[in-house]
Amino acid sequence: MEIVVLLKQVPATEAFIEIADDGVSVKTQNLKWVINPYDEFAVEEALRIREAHGGTVTVVSVGVEKTTEAIRTALAMGADKGVLINDPAAQGLDGLGVARVLAAALKQIAFDLIIAGQRAVDDDNFLVGPAVAEFLDIPHLSMVVKQELQDGRIRCHRTVEGGTLVVEAPLPALFTTQRGLNEPRYTSLPGIMKAKRKPLETKTLADIGLAPAVVTNRGARIAAFRLPPQRSGGRMIAGDSAQAKAAELVRLLHEEAKVV
Amino acid sequence: MSQAVLAVAEQNDGVFRKVTFEALSAGRIIADRLGGELAAVVLGHGVQAAAADLGRYGADRIRVADHPALAEYLNDAYCNVLAAVIEAEKPAVVVFGATTQGRDLAARLSARLNAPLAVDCLAIQAEGDALQVTRPMYGGKLLADVRLEGPLKLVAIRPNAMPITPLEKAGTIAMVAAEPGRTRTVFVEKTLDSGKVELTEADAIVSGGRGMGGSDFSVLEALAGVLGGAVGASRSAVDEGWRPASDQVGQTGKVVSPALYVACGISGAIQHLAGMSSAKVIVAINKDAEAPIFAKADYGIAGDLFELVPLITAEIRKLKA
Repeated sequence: MEIVVLLKQVPATEAFIEIADDGVSVKTQNLKWVINPYDEFAVEEALRIREAHGGTVTVVSVGVEKTTEAIRTALAMGADKGVLINDPAAQGLDGLGVARVLAAALKQIAFDLIIAGQRAVDDDNFLVGPAVAEFLDIPHLSMVVKQELQDGRIRCHRTVEGGTLVVEAPLPALFTTQRGLNEPRYTSLPGIMKAKRKPLETKTLADIGLAPAVVTNRGARIAAFRLPPQRSGGRMIAGDSAQAKAAELVRLLHEEAKVV
Repeated sequence: MSQAVLAVAEQNDGVFRKVTFEALSAGRIIADRLGGELAAVVLGHGVQAAAADLGRYGADRIRVADHPALAEYLNDAYCNVLAAVIEAEKPAVVVFGATTQGRDLAARLSARLNAPLAVDCLAIQAEGDALQVTRPMYGGKLLADVRLEGPLKLVAIRPNAMPITPLEKAGTIAMVAAEPGRTRTVFVEKTLDSGKVELTEADAIVSGGRGMGGSDFSVLEALAGVLGGAVGASRSAVDEGWRPASDQVGQTGKVVSPALYVACGISGAIQHLAGMSSAKVIVAINKDAEAPIFAKADYGIAGDLFELVPLITAEIRKLKA
């Protein structure tokens, strides 16, 4: 089983995000960078599938030099090799542009199964996984909490509003991860040492046969970042007893906030 | 340049999701701004009777794609049919609800039609041929104004973020070709808890965190019950195994916009705050009077949630009696 994981490096979820001076990007100094949490589920699931069915796990990412840290972490978890697309023309693309780059890279990599995060927790677009599947003309299944592989088919349990759908597709296919799929393993010291010797190839757009103009024509771009409205907040409800506090809260919710 | 707008309705067993009407109302505003018509399309099987409802929220015409192969949502069949409807209707903008289905379908379609997509939109403005949308990024830590350009733009609107405006229109209904085409995904089964209020669509959410101390969320369920809302959880509560992952509110869970959010025993980690900061009113209940959640709450009570929540539930029950 040849398994490919699509991986993005993102700021840690506990990070405080600040808008950069240009107003359309965020300050990247002092940020702690991690594997996108949903992609970490993808790496873990790929390793479990390899453990059960044999094969190879290849991690593919579009990024910058620093992104090799995230790929090395995935290699330390147990992935076999990494591919980084690092090209000035591949920075700051919109979601469709990133999907085009990944799809082009995947034309040079053998795969039976592609696993991607449902979304990256920075741009929250939910776009790249399904778009890569469309560009490669393979089926995709999103928001997966459980999968079973058998006889060249994959059966996935997908979470939807208020329940679960079970859907099947023939391989090659792509699925995207949902929280609950697995508990990603920690990297071990021997894993980290081994990862240093695993192959990590860096490619340019030319290497994957893409002309920059194919991806840089952005249909979606950020015009401005803003901070969400801040709450004045912190109005503490006082009272002599729990009963008095509860009654006062409900009165305020009813009369002042008008939400009850 | 086309000025038409197409709103994609989402139904489950013939019942429309609330966000469908929000998408229609948003679509109506964009169509008026562009000076074009609003069409609504519903895909499914045996959905013709329900389709008339779509005319009550400003659709000039309603397109029904009815086929046994569309009875359950499968992205390849839905994508094929919707691509054909878009080809026929030639809209400038297609509006989806940002549900699991809406996002999934819009993403695949975005790649097929080479049309830019923005999901979880909180506001949409048509500006000439371009569309400017406001959407959260970094799990709600920032708002981004995103500009979409091209002959066709796709937007998926966040449930509960935009108003529903009833508006009777001609709403002429026509059946359209519903050829599922080449499909590879196969529906096996579904399990839906129909009694459960979906977190992203709930008007009220009562969430529990580490302060719950265990998997007994019954006091929160009772409060959610009288409010007609849903129960959510912080990441710690989910990591402890007290609640299912689908209940998690936050940057790595669901981002929610209810009218009322009650955070119980949640200290207020930044990744949780990001997921609930767009709630209209936030109430925090926590033993620790210094908990960061209080700085983000409209109303706070320092105290024991197991004592306070049942009292609050009783007060609301009294009010509603």
